[in-house]
Amino acid sequence: MTRKRPRLVRAVRIAKALLSTQYAYMLEYRAEIALWAISGVLPLIMLGVWQGSGAATRAGLNPQQLSHYFVAAFVVRQFSVVWLIHVFEEDTLTGKLSPYLLQPLQPLWRYFCAHLAEQATRIPFVGFLLIGLATINPDLLWRPSAGELLWGIAALWSAFILRFLLQTLAAMLCFWSERAAALDRLLLIPYLFLSGLVAPLDTFPASIKRIALATPFPAMVDFPARLLSGLPVDLGGGLLSLLIWCLILAPLCWWGWHQGVRRYGAMGA
Amino acid sequence: MRRSRTLATVLQFWRSSLEAESEYQLNLLLECLAVAGNLGGSVFVLALLFSGQSTLGGWRWDEALIVLGLYTLLDGFTSCLLQPNLSKIVNHVQQGTLDFILLKPVDTQLWLSLRCLSPWGCPALVAGCVLVVLGLQRSATVIQAESIVLGAALLLSGAAILYSLWFSLAALSIWFVKVWNATEVLRYTLVAGRYPVSAYPPALRLVFVFVLPVAFMTTVPSQALLGQGTWQWAIGSVLMAAGSLLASRWFWRFALRHYTSASS
Repeated sequence: MTRKRPRLVRAVRIAKALLSTQYAYMLEYRAEIALWAISGVLPLIMLGVWQGSGAATRAGLNPQQLSHYFVAAFVVRQFSVVWLIHVFEEDTLTGKLSPYLLQPLQPLWRYFCAHLAEQATRIPFVGFLLIGLATINPDLLWRPSAGELLWGIAALWSAFILRFLLQTLAAMLCFWSERAAALDRLLLIPYLFLSGLVAPLDTFPASIKRIALATPFPAMVDFPARLLSGLPVDLGGGLLSLLIWCLILAPLCWWGWHQGVRRYGAMGA
Repeated sequence: MRRSRTLATVLQFWRSSLEAESEYQLNLLLECLAVAGNLGGSVFVLALLFSGQSTLGGWRWDEALIVLGLYTLLDGFTSCLLQPNLSKIVNHVQQGTLDFILLKPVDTQLWLSLRCLSPWGCPALVAGCVLVVLGLQRSATVIQAESIVLGAALLLSGAAILYSLWFSLAALSIWFVKVWNATEVLRYTLVAGRYPVSAYPPALRLVFVFVLPVAFMTTVPSQALLGQGTWQWAIGSVLMAAGSLLASRWFWRFALRHYTSASS
């Protein structure tokens, strides 16, 4: 009689298998990932425009802080990219989800591991881009203190999880609609303009800043970027906001999944 | 005779793709919301950049709105024609369906570039036009017919440059197969065209004129519309457009010579 394996050992084994296969898969398409890394240049373009405008100085950011902020935002954006809804839409439409449902593993973990593997593949490319930036202008880079780096990475990773949860919730609409990915375009708009990706939150008028801070978006870019670039930041408040939003979204995702799977048509089965 | 057959084919293509797209009527609402949101956000960021100062890189507020309007217009053009067609090239290469297209008695580049027409870029086209007209009216310049013609011609060459860039990048998939995001890279870097080129630091300005000719797409046509364009710039822009169209044609033929079908 075989003894039942402890749950933790099983989980570690599954995680190892998923991560290593997904990492191998991502490495195969490394050219694609290099291109994705380049496509995240938006904060650097915005840095160019902001440098030419005096508005940032008037909002209390000196040129060095401004450039560090946008370079940090660039790094945050690189490691919090979530594309779940596009893959999930295809998998539900073509019925690829069906075999995953038969396995004794929640299929969302597979997608989650794919995102982690992609982040790992991305590290060298982001490194190259940063080295490139440093050769153009060494002042653009800085050495964050150990604390800043540690908290910054923790916040960055929580921001990624928050974004993943938000998109999971949107992706659950794939069970109801054929074109749920279009919804992602709408979600991207507040993310783009309220997260601090294209303009530091400090430059916002007070009323709009208050509205922005009431949404989950500033926690996704502004908070980790400020931590990494060493700007003054409310550490406890930021982490709390990340935690609260994750706690709100996680049960909604769980509920959406259970409602959705019942409606799943299993195309091609 | 042959000309008219090509035209009839393209019209037939567009009718069928419009019919197919009209199945998704909710898309219109989503698209309108997306355009409104993006435009609102862009104007907001522009207002932030202008806060406390009257010019950005030498451009006044109303003039900068024209640049933003032309960007929105080209974005609509991208959603109508470029994105639905050129983003499929990669799939054709990956799945080997390019073979069937090569066998059709239609020019392959024409088929790949004009097969689909999506109505979902229309909200952006309308919004872009409105913004340009608004900006022109409010900027204190006298509007001359001559500058409108010049501006329109330059916008057309900007669109031609944009098409050639997209098409050449998509054609790279013949070698690298899974590069459907190469065009995404283009889309994200072209965002730079939302602001006048002179708002950027000098080094970036050079990039936006010679490497990634964003300047020819929005800034140069805007200057022409405002009556500040010169015929030299116009000739330069048209030459660049013609050159890039020819280059994309040549590049596609060159790429096809390296095509090794996925299925056989």
